[in-house]
Amino acid sequence: MASGYNAKEEDGHRAGAAGPGESASRSRKPDNTAFKQQRLPAWQPILTAGTVLPAFFIIGLIFIPIGIGLYVTSNNIREFEIDYTGTDPSSPCYNCSQTYSWNSTTLCTCTLTFSLNQPFEGNVFMYYGLSNFYQNHRRYVKSRDDSQLNGDLSSLKSPSKECEPYHTNEKPIAPCGAIANSMFNDTLELFYIDPNETRTPIPLMKKGIAWWTDKHVKFRNPGGSNANLTAVFQGTTKPVNWRKPVYELDSDPENNGFINEDLIVWMRTAALPTFRKLYRIIQKKNNMTPTLPRGNYTLEVTYNYPVHSFEGRKRMILSTISWMGGKNPFLGIAYMTVGSICFVLGVVLLFIHHKYGNRNNSSDIPS
Amino acid sequence: TFSEEPGLGRDPKAKKRRVVIPSWTYDEEAERLQKKYSGNKIRTTKYTLLSFIPKNLFEQLHRLANIYFLFLAALNFVPIVNAFQPEIAVIPIVLVMSVTAVKDLWEDQRKRKSDRQINNLLCDTYDRRQRGYVERRWADVCVGDVVRLCCNEIIPADMVLLHSSDPNGICYIETANLDGETNLKQRQVVQDLPQQGSEFTPENFSSRIECENPNNDLRRFRGYMEHPNKVRVGLHSENLLLRSCTVRNTETVTGIVVYAGHETKAMQNNSGPRYKRSKLERRLNVDVLWSVVLLLLMCLTAAVGHGVWLSRLKDPVFMIPDDTDPALAGFYMFWTMIIVLQVLIPVSLYVSIEIVKLGQIYFIQNDLDLYNARLDSGVQCRALNITEDLGQIQYLFSDKTGTLTENRMLFRRCTVAGTEYPHHENGQFYPTPMMTCSSLITNMSVCLFFCLSLLSHLNHFSSMECAVVPDVQLQRKLSALSTPLCPPLKHDTAELSHILDFFLALAVCNTVVVSSPSQPRHMVQMPVARTPLRSLEEMKALLQKLSLPRFSLSPSQNTDSPPGLTRRLFSRGRSATFAPYTPNTLSAPPHTPTSTTPSPIPTHTPSPSSTPMPIHRGAWGKDEELADEDSVEEEDDDEEEELLYEAESPDEAALVQAARAYGFTLLGRSPEQLLVVLPGTGPLSVPLLHLLPFDSTRKRMSVVVRHPLTGQVVVYTKGADNVIMELTTLGVLLLLTNSPLYQYISLQEIMERTQQHLDDYAREGLRTLCVAKRVLDEAEYEPWLKRHAFAETSIENREELLLDSAQRLENNLTLLGATGIVDRLQEEVPETIEALQRAGIKVWVLTGDKQETAINIACACKLLRPTDRLLTANCDSKEACEARLCELQRDISTITERGLSDSSMGVSEGDAVISGFTLVIDGRTLDFALHEDLQKNFLDLTSGCRSVICCRSTPLQKSQVVRLIGDSLGVMTLAIGDGANDVSMIQVADVGVGISGQEGMQAVMSSDFAISRFKHLRKLLLVHGHWCYTRLANMILYFFYKNVMYVNLLFWFQFFCGFSGSTMTNSWVLIFFNLLFTSVPPLLYGVMDKDVSASTLLSLPQLYKAGQNCEAYLPSTFWLTILDAFYQSLICFFIPYCAYAGSDVGLLSFGSPINGSALLIILLHQVIESRTLTWLHAVVLLASAGFYYAFVLVFSVTCVTCNSPTNLYGVETKLMSEPLYYCVCVLTTVLALLPRVLCRALLNSICPSDLVKAQKLDRSLLEQYWATIHQWKENKLDRQKLKSKHVPQTLSVNADVPHSVDCSQEPISVLS
Repeated sequence: MASGYNAKEEDGHRAGAAGPGESASRSRKPDNTAFKQQRLPAWQPILTAGTVLPAFFIIGLIFIPIGIGLYVTSNNIREFEIDYTGTDPSSPCYNCSQTYSWNSTTLCTCTLTFSLNQPFEGNVFMYYGLSNFYQNHRRYVKSRDDSQLNGDLSSLKSPSKECEPYHTNEKPIAPCGAIANSMFNDTLELFYIDPNETRTPIPLMKKGIAWWTDKHVKFRNPGGSNANLTAVFQGTTKPVNWRKPVYELDSDPENNGFINEDLIVWMRTAALPTFRKLYRIIQKKNNMTPTLPRGNYTLEVTYNYPVHSFEGRKRMILSTISWMGGKNPFLGIAYMTVGSICFVLGVVLLFIHHKYGNRNNSSDIPS
Repeated sequence: TFSEEPGLGRDPKAKKRRVVIPSWTYDEEAERLQKKYSGNKIRTTKYTLLSFIPKNLFEQLHRLANIYFLFLAALNFVPIVNAFQPEIAVIPIVLVMSVTAVKDLWEDQRKRKSDRQINNLLCDTYDRRQRGYVERRWADVCVGDVVRLCCNEIIPADMVLLHSSDPNGICYIETANLDGETNLKQRQVVQDLPQQGSEFTPENFSSRIECENPNNDLRRFRGYMEHPNKVRVGLHSENLLLRSCTVRNTETVTGIVVYAGHETKAMQNNSGPRYKRSKLERRLNVDVLWSVVLLLLMCLTAAVGHGVWLSRLKDPVFMIPDDTDPALAGFYMFWTMIIVLQVLIPVSLYVSIEIVKLGQIYFIQNDLDLYNARLDSGVQCRALNITEDLGQIQYLFSDKTGTLTENRMLFRRCTVAGTEYPHHENGQFYPTPMMTCSSLITNMSVCLFFCLSLLSHLNHFSSMECAVVPDVQLQRKLSALSTPLCPPLKHDTAELSHILDFFLALAVCNTVVVSSPSQPRHMVQMPVARTPLRSLEEMKALLQKLSLPRFSLSPSQNTDSPPGLTRRLFSRGRSATFAPYTPNTLSAPPHTPTSTTPSPIPTHTPSPSSTPMPIHRGAWGKDEELADEDSVEEEDDDEEEELLYEAESPDEAALVQAARAYGFTLLGRSPEQLLVVLPGTGPLSVPLLHLLPFDSTRKRMSVVVRHPLTGQVVVYTKGADNVIMELTTLGVLLLLTNSPLYQYISLQEIMERTQQHLDDYAREGLRTLCVAKRVLDEAEYEPWLKRHAFAETSIENREELLLDSAQRLENNLTLLGATGIVDRLQEEVPETIEALQRAGIKVWVLTGDKQETAINIACACKLLRPTDRLLTANCDSKEACEARLCELQRDISTITERGLSDSSMGVSEGDAVISGFTLVIDGRTLDFALHEDLQKNFLDLTSGCRSVICCRSTPLQKSQVVRLIGDSLGVMTLAIGDGANDVSMIQVADVGVGISGQEGMQAVMSSDFAISRFKHLRKLLLVHGHWCYTRLANMILYFFYKNVMYVNLLFWFQFFCGFSGSTMTNSWVLIFFNLLFTSVPPLLYGVMDKDVSASTLLSLPQLYKAGQNCEAYLPSTFWLTILDAFYQSLICFFIPYCAYAGSDVGLLSFGSPINGSALLIILLHQVIESRTLTWLHAVVLLASAGFYYAFVLVFSVTCVTCNSPTNLYGVETKLMSEPLYYCVCVLTTVLALLPRVLCRALLNSICPSDLVKAQKLDRSLLEQYWATIHQWKENKLDRQKLKSKHVPQTLSVNADVPHSVDCSQEPISVLS
């Protein structure tokens, strides 16, 4: 029997090698696993009035308080906005806006007065706002050289082609590109006018207005932090519209050159054609007195930036901020609205569930 | 034709042929030729390692979608319009094409694996150095090699047969792998080869072969062999062994390879995989076009907007000085926007669909319910891209034989000499052979291996379930023949001789090839002869004494059979095998032609114990049959060898099996000799004088044999009842038995009774055959023989002469009896058909069978219900056909109206209620009906019928019908069949299903899906079809939604950036958003989502209608989806817009919450749409979200200067540290999804669709579930007022069902 068995084995082997036996040597029977038989345990949600009802109530219950919170927060934010474009002849800046050119050497200043009805507590942020200014235009957005701004020496001398046509002006432009070229260059100064008519200048912080990452990582002066900027920027020229080269933007070496925070803020292009950009910070003095008390103020503008040609507007904005940013009642209202809608819908669904939900509708599947 | 000088390559004509020289001859020419011809290595893969990249690239660029991608990528290199950096724009096309390439590579790899497997098969090849046969891989076989093959081995290349161990120089091959035909084909050694009979020695063979160049004609082979002595022998297709066929019944064969590898006929016939476009995909393409329209509209808007915006601007500081005219700038902007919004066209959808379908196919093929243990085969998806069509079938066209039925003929009843033997014991089901098989071999893994390999490969089941349990009454009568002690007079010997003749006829009147599974045919083991229980002389005396006078034959004439005839016994080759008998035969007196004494020399016959028999025994699964027979023929058990009967028609095998059950065993066959065992005798040789094969005009076949006992020349004829009845003679009296009194009845009466029985059989759906005989005296035989010989040798009018000759022989027949053979219905066929009909699928049966049989089968499989009205259309002319069609149409409308009025009046008349109409139309009428003028009438009529049965239809008609219905009604058709005659129908239908069964692989080869049983269709359509359709439809809609939703965000932004084509997102994120972050969840959704459980889908087939009506993907659903996408994108854009408007938000900071909430919305939308959520879904969804956040966070931490201008550095980290971000995301997500959830909930609550109801059913408790199903069924029954006639649930054999008689009688009486 043993020998016979061996013979069989050999025979089987032969047949396997010669025939299609190899594939048949193991059964083609599929595995009986939950996965292969599509029997994986599953959660099978069926959206009916009954099942979604709790979700609607829960959303309503959560959203309404959030909405109220947001709304209250937004309402607590003080914000003041003043348009100084000067399109209206009665406006103090009308003259400046009319006689403008990028290259004029004489400075045009104008003074606006305004009054704050409520005191501004805490740090107050001073913004300049532009309207109808498409910083998000596709070709405008691209017109910059990040490596140049990051302090790369070779990019400094030969800026990226994306900067065309603000690429070279006989010498390479630093910083190159349309964004830098069109940098906002109005100077805004704020004075508090005492009830006794004395003008007190309000200290405006230049630093701390840019993102930390931008200031410390993304933007760097060529040649390191201690280099002589004038020397480093030798061989480059200022952007066409600028009055002074980049290394003379500020006297403070920590805020000069590419790491000038005004430049950094400007370089982070705005998403929408109406935008504001942080200009200065008015730091709170102490807890006792408001940063900006109620009263009259004057805003002195050195009017350099032309917006008249494209019907743009310029604004100065003073705002406190909260945990959710600037003043924006929209979110609060939206949350409250959605929450209420959900709640109402929950009630409707409850009604529908009561009417239809208990029907045993399994027996009426038509044939 | 082959007169030119052989083998001259320079000869221009020689290019059309090839010269083959044995490879061992040292010959330059041989060497040269060998290099010229392709080797036997095959490669079915499309690519090689080197050619993969260029070739795949080339192929992929043929697709329109990829061209579109390429166009976009190229567009991005045009500076004036570019939106992204060029390298980013290339990503989509690279990604899509590489995914496709990986998929192609994977498919190719599978082919490569199977190629390697085949190439590494081994065969014995002659090696000149070792002067003997060595094992060589198939791949190494060359043209000119001599290959030796054993029985059951597969032929490695096309070879000319040089030698066969069969002394007659023939060998048998099975061509199932090639054309699917399982019957054996005979091949002949090249004529006049010198070394026949002995062992073949290749050294002595030095002839050269010249033959035609490789072609794909399987039936033609032309060439000649030139021996060294310049003698030429013609070669024909009979000399050619084709690659991938199997050698059967021949111990060894030797051949010389003439075509190898891809030049073999088998490979030349191999066509690639099928490609069909599914209905859903056609629908999808329309919507892709709509997307294109949408895209163009959006781009146009942007272009116009940009132009207008630009023209209004005056000298802005933010504009790069440019002299472009606003109109031109608008034109450029158009192209830029096409790049920006490119994702709107879901190009990745195509590759996703392909991947999803692979996943769906994976699950279909892995379904245990579609696995047939006996055949070890599951469902086979051959077309990879029409899975969802399975869920939309509206018309099903089915073949009958082999599809609805087993195509496994079972001897069921017989009538002999006017007495009916009902064989009641035969009714029950047989245990599945695998069970017995496996029980035998559980402890033998080798056996299992062997068993499975053979079972799966050979399909030799024809004999497996054909075991017949003999009728008790008949058995008792027959036992008189074999039991010596039993006094013969107890039974009427005349009847006994009738029975004897009847079974002898069954055993010999056929073309069955006998083989033993373990051994080639010529080795069929001789039973160890033993003393018969009753001497042959005695038996013969009995026969002669009692029967011959009645046939008025002269005994003296027949007693001395010419010794010449017996001498011819097994004259060639067989002499060796039957050696023990031959001398006996020659020396014995002519009355006892075969040995009845124990064989003195049981020489070479291998005894079962010394061969690997047990394996084969198990392997062939025949033991249960043996067991059956053992119980019947205890006296035979010591000698009984398992025999395989292989017949061209399964009926023949069934009849031989039946005869065997009664002890009339056919042991062997040679061209001149049959070897049979009669009850109580040893093997007798029956000289076969002539065989008049079956043809369809005569509808009968005959054999002329010399009766083994009486020595008379007897004609046994077997054929269709009506034909045989006409040819029988009347008037001779016969003694009838079963009454206690001897009673003479006339043959007339026998015929009348037999006819009555035949009618009964037909009504039961049995296939009937009549058996008759005629005894020829020598005076009759000789002249006939002469004329027949003349007919056989004549060249002109040969067919007619032979027909005439046959007709002269086949008359004056004596009717012996008739048989009823059942072709059993496959299991669960009625249930399946009922389920499919309830699913709204119209089931048509197209069969070549005759009307009565077709109606019976239709009845048995519940296609035709007792309450159905049967409409028949049998017409002889077109006019009649037209009139008939109109008449039937009128009938239907009147009955329907009446039925309606009845039900409205609440009258239930019971019998008057008609549940449906069934049209039965025959092939002839069908021809008229398919005529252009009548097509409309025909379609109108059939649309009113629940089912249609076309009988006597040809393969062409089948395909015409399918095409007509599919084209003119615009419906989805499915054709299912198992045989070559169904191929055309399978190819024409939208979905072709092949049943891998008895008739080989031809239908399977041309099919899209191959299943092993008809019942599998139920789950394949109702469950997998439904799932695949819903899954894919939902996935496609989701894809559209996803793309439109995301792209619209960019579009809305254009209104705030002067239509400048700017984006608020990092371009990598933008590109990856669709390609990576949100691409896997829909794939999972498309592969795994399960709206309703399989059991519910099976129990409520009407759920299938959702797919038929395309409910998941209608134009309206598409537009609703688009609308929802628009709404969601509006919310997703404008909520962040309002939240950030006027603030100091940067471009990318603005995009970040939009992207974040878009991701959340898109993923949660998926959750809402999913009907099933498993841990896999959870993992994939979380991974997608995680991937996105990981990507943007890593990007915003590490990338300082890269990817200007959309540099994310510091953006995400800053934004995500602000609570505002989360406030915006939450609000956006909730508000965006709110309407969809609300609509879903309201719809599902107020007017739920059937599918939702079914889902609810799924959820309810199990008991409740079954209770509802039950209740629902009851309700339905009540509604239909279906009373009366309770039909049995399971029908094992149609013939056993009494109601089938009713149902066939009733409707026929109603109409026609």
